[in-house]
Formats: sequence, structure tokens, C-alpha cells
Amino acid sequence: MLVEQIMTRDVVTLAPDNTLQEALDISRRHRLRHLPVVKDGFLVGLISDRDLRAAAPSSLDQAGDNSILCDVRVEQLMVNEVITAHPLDFAEDAASQIYKHFIGCLPVVSQNKLVGIVTERDVLRTLVEMMGVNAPTSRIEVEVPDKSGMLAQISDLLRARRINTSAVMVFPGGKEGYKTIVFRIRTMDPRGFIQDIEAAGYRVKMHPCAVTDGEV
Amino acid sequence: MAGNGNSAFVYSDAFTRYKFTEDHPFNPKRLEMTLDLIRTLDLLDPGQIVTPRPATFEELARVHDPRYLEAVIAASAADADPDDFARWGLGTEDTPIFTGMHDATSLIAGGTLVAAELVMSGAARHALNMAGGLHHARRAEASGFCVYNDIAVAIAYLRETYGARVAYIDTDAHHGDGVQWIFYEDPDVLTLSLHETGKYLYPGTGEIVERGEGRGYGYSLNVPLEAFTEDDSWMNAMRSVVIPTLQKFAPDIIIHQNGCDAHHYDPLTHLSATTRIYREMPQVTRMLAEELCDGRLVAVGGGGYDIWRVVPRAWTMLWAELNGDPLPERVPDAWLSRWQSESPDPLPAHFIDPPGSFEPIPRRAIIEEKNEITVRRVLNGTPLLF
Repeated sequence: MLVEQIMTRDVVTLAPDNTLQEALDISRRHRLRHLPVVKDGFLVGLISDRDLRAAAPSSLDQAGDNSILCDVRVEQLMVNEVITAHPLDFAEDAASQIYKHFIGCLPVVSQNKLVGIVTERDVLRTLVEMMGVNAPTSRIEVEVPDKSGMLAQISDLLRARRINTSAVMVFPGGKEGYKTIVFRIRTMDPRGFIQDIEAAGYRVKMHPCAVTDGEV
Repeated sequence: MAGNGNSAFVYSDAFTRYKFTEDHPFNPKRLEMTLDLIRTLDLLDPGQIVTPRPATFEELARVHDPRYLEAVIAASAADADPDDFARWGLGTEDTPIFTGMHDATSLIAGGTLVAAELVMSGAARHALNMAGGLHHARRAEASGFCVYNDIAVAIAYLRETYGARVAYIDTDAHHGDGVQWIFYEDPDVLTLSLHETGKYLYPGTGEIVERGEGRGYGYSLNVPLEAFTEDDSWMNAMRSVVIPTLQKFAPDIIIHQNGCDAHHYDPLTHLSATTRIYREMPQVTRMLAEELCDGRLVAVGGGGYDIWRVVPRAWTMLWAELNGDPLPERVPDAWLSRWQSESPDPLPAHFIDPPGSFEPIPRRAIIEEKNEITVRRVLNGTPLLF
């Protein structure tokens, strides 16, 4: 699974000259914890709701003067050195970056432009769907109807070909009523297995990285 | 017109006995076809051919578990039952057992040993074993069509006999995992593999973070490239990583695994290279061998599953480079007419696939960008370079 498959593409952003008050309003309105700061499409910084709240007077202080929030611009408070991801990074690489750097999100940058954002939440959602193994395997994703017996049916095809399996993951498919079964199988030549799957009427998913929307 | 005459071509017809089943993708006919093309072009003096010897049990046991060797020997008997050998990775669809398997694979391992001996002792400047390159075999397990790891056997010999520092370059489309794991903790063996990312492709490993362990940390390098990578991006990655790393490592000998399955036609992988890279890659390793270690270069084969349209051209170009021979642009008609009737596809008439032979990949720009980032991350995280 790639970052481009789990990222949010429609990113709510700030401009460097937005005020902190505007930023706070936007973060509350959209219930967002991280706001990339963008100038002409280029990522120039990042600000979190925690930074904003830290800069604001205490809500317990009735006499608090909020005017400072209207005077300070986002670029004065934002983080400039932002750790980013690329759309073709692995989802698990994004997870590792987030974990390692104690951060909550990764803006996704391609050709120097902001194209999406991956948050802790996106990663957690993805990680429960994924599992990695370290034995020599080929990875095959099969789309099957979401009904009982599918895993057994595909496994029978593996048994017939004497191919051993290292890991199996099942997660919701891309469309209604389908599931994806991910096999990590111990063969360098999965062509026969793929043919068997297709002959049995199921679809094998391959290489999202090279296609646009359809086939290569 | 065989070049400088100081390159050895390790070969025996018995190499073709390393054959699993009739329809198995690892087909030794590719060796016959390549040798025939080399001979048709008159690139090989009979005096350059060196006959291999089988590697001994002790030589194999430098890298393989003796119990595994015993299992391979037992599995080589005519009445062996494949089910008895599953724990050793044998008797599977990938690596079925066959009669005489131990002898066939020992001879290939011995061939690479002989190539290493010839080069390290100075008897030959370069040496080629096309049948070698069985880079997936592990210490106690057959894997990915590979029974004995001839490369690791040769490296272990070079380490033990000469105390040599060995740079191993693997440009097969599949990750050179077997060699990497065997020398993962050895700082005197640099393993550098350039391959299609393991996202979907066997063996699934070869990520950037695999950098070696213990004293060997930093001496395993991996450059996982995106599926559908084309020539320019592949060659940029190769030059960018291999050249500075080898210059810094200063090897005594270079071993280059020349699997040619990154080609657009290859049925098992998803890369989109042309034969151009099989001309240029051996040039890079030969140049580095001249610069860094008195020319000492051992070349082995490896993957390559379009045996008709890709392998003979790729490995003929490899031999011509090792031997310092110029090549014509066109594949000789005599060779084409000899093999065309057997080939399921029209055989290409040029060594280098002409421009426009293949459709450009729709997402070329983003694939190139991702590969550049990968190269940068590999270089940035390599302690050897700093």
C-alpha cells in the first residue's frame, strides 16, 4: 500500500499571512489538528492546533486578551523544517516516520508541490490492514466477493501448485461487496497461480504505481 | 577476433543439466543460444574456455549448512520423494527436485569458484560463468530456482584463501537476498543490489533499511527501484550508487551478477529496461575494476526468462565487454535463422533495442522522481561514504 492510496488529497491549508486567529478558526471548523502552510502551491511550513492553543491565552482567563492572535501571522509561529512523504512511499514508511519523529502528520509532496497529507489516523487505519513479512515471497492481491469460503478457494489453488504461503492478510476491497486477500507466497514465478485465480473468475490486482487509472 | 585473450570463459555442456522441468522458466537452453551467438561472432578463442570442476562438499559447506547439503544429495536420487524435502525449500514448484541435482549445481558453484581462482591468482584478468548467479540460495534453503549459492561459495573462498575484500554487485531484477544474508555481518564483503522493489516481486526484500548488522553495518546496500523503471532511471541509479561506494570501499576484486530480467520482455518482472543497460552496466563494473583492483572482475549470469529475445544478446554483450571486443550493431543472420524456428516470438535483429521499440511508461516522471529519492536515501544513509 502506497502513501498516495491512504493520503487525504483535499488538504485544508493556510497561507503564511493568515493570522493565528484565522488559523484557529479554520482548525476548529474543520476539526483538524494539522494545517500545512502553502504559498503558490509550495509547502512552506506546518502549524498544529497545539501550537495555536499554546499561543492563545487560557480559556480560564476571562479577561484574556485575544488581540494578539489577530496580530501575529502564521509564518511567525509555523515550523519551517517539515518532514514530508512522497506519494510512492510505502504506507509503513510513513508510519515509521511519524513514529520516529513524534509527529502527527506528514504532508505529501511531489514535484515540490503539496499533493496530500497523511496523518497518524490514516496510518493506523492502514496498518491494521497490512502486515509485512521477511521471508522470500511474491505478493499477490486477489479481489474476491465478500462471502465465506473465498480464502479456502484461493488456498486450494496454491495447494494444487505446491506453493507455500508465508502470510495472508484479508482486508476490505476497493468496492462494495468485495474483499482483498493478500498472499505472500513462496514462489518467484507466480504466473501459473495468477492464471489459476483468473480462470476461477477472480481478479488479481497489480502495480498501482505505474498505471494512471486503467492499465499500463 | 577474440579481444585481449586474457579473459576466461568458464563453460561446460554439463551446465545445461541444471534443469528442473521442461516448462520451468529457468531454462538452460539460454546458455546454448548465447554460446552459439558468441561463437557465430567469433568472439571466443578455444583457448579461453576453461572447464569447470565441481565444488567439493567442504567448499560448499563454507556457506551452506552440511545438513542442507546432505538433503540436496538425498533429493538428487532417482527415487527421491519431493515431500521429504519441503523444509529445505526443495520439491516446490519453484525449485523441484531432479535426478543429479547435487552434481549439476555443484558444477555451477565450482565454475564460479574456478572463475574467482583464475582472476584472483592473476591467471586471467576477467572471467565469466554464465551459468552462475544463483543468488537466492540461502544457507540452509533452496529459494527462487537456486539450489547452491555459487556466488557466496566463491566469495567465501576469496575471503578464506586470499583475505580479499570483495565487492558484490547484483543487477538482477530480483533482490540478491541470498548473498546479502550470508555476508550480512561481514564488513569485508560489500553487497550492493539494484532491483525492482519487493512490493510485489519476489523475494519481497531489498529495502533501503537492510544495511547489514554488527560489524557489517553499512556494507549491505539496496536500491529498490519502482516497477516500470526504464533505462535512464536504472542507469542513473546504478552509476550514482555503485561508483562512489566502490571507490570508497576499495575492493580487491569485483563480482558482478548479470541477471538480465529487468528487460521489458521479461515475463517474471515488471521493469521496462531495454538491452541498452546490458551494454552499459558491464562497462561500469569493468571500468571500476580497472580503476580500483587491477581489473579483477568475475561476472556471472543470473535471472533472464525471455531466453529468446533477451538473454543471448545481453550476455553476448557482457562477454564482448569483458573481452574488450567491439560488437556489430546487428545480430548475425546465421544465428537468427538457426534459432528463429524454435522461438515463439520474432528474434530482434539488433543488439541494442532501437529507440521507440517500446511505448513510454505513462507515469515515467513520477517513477523517475521516486527512484531519485531512493538513490538519495541510499547514499545519505551509507556510513561507508562519510
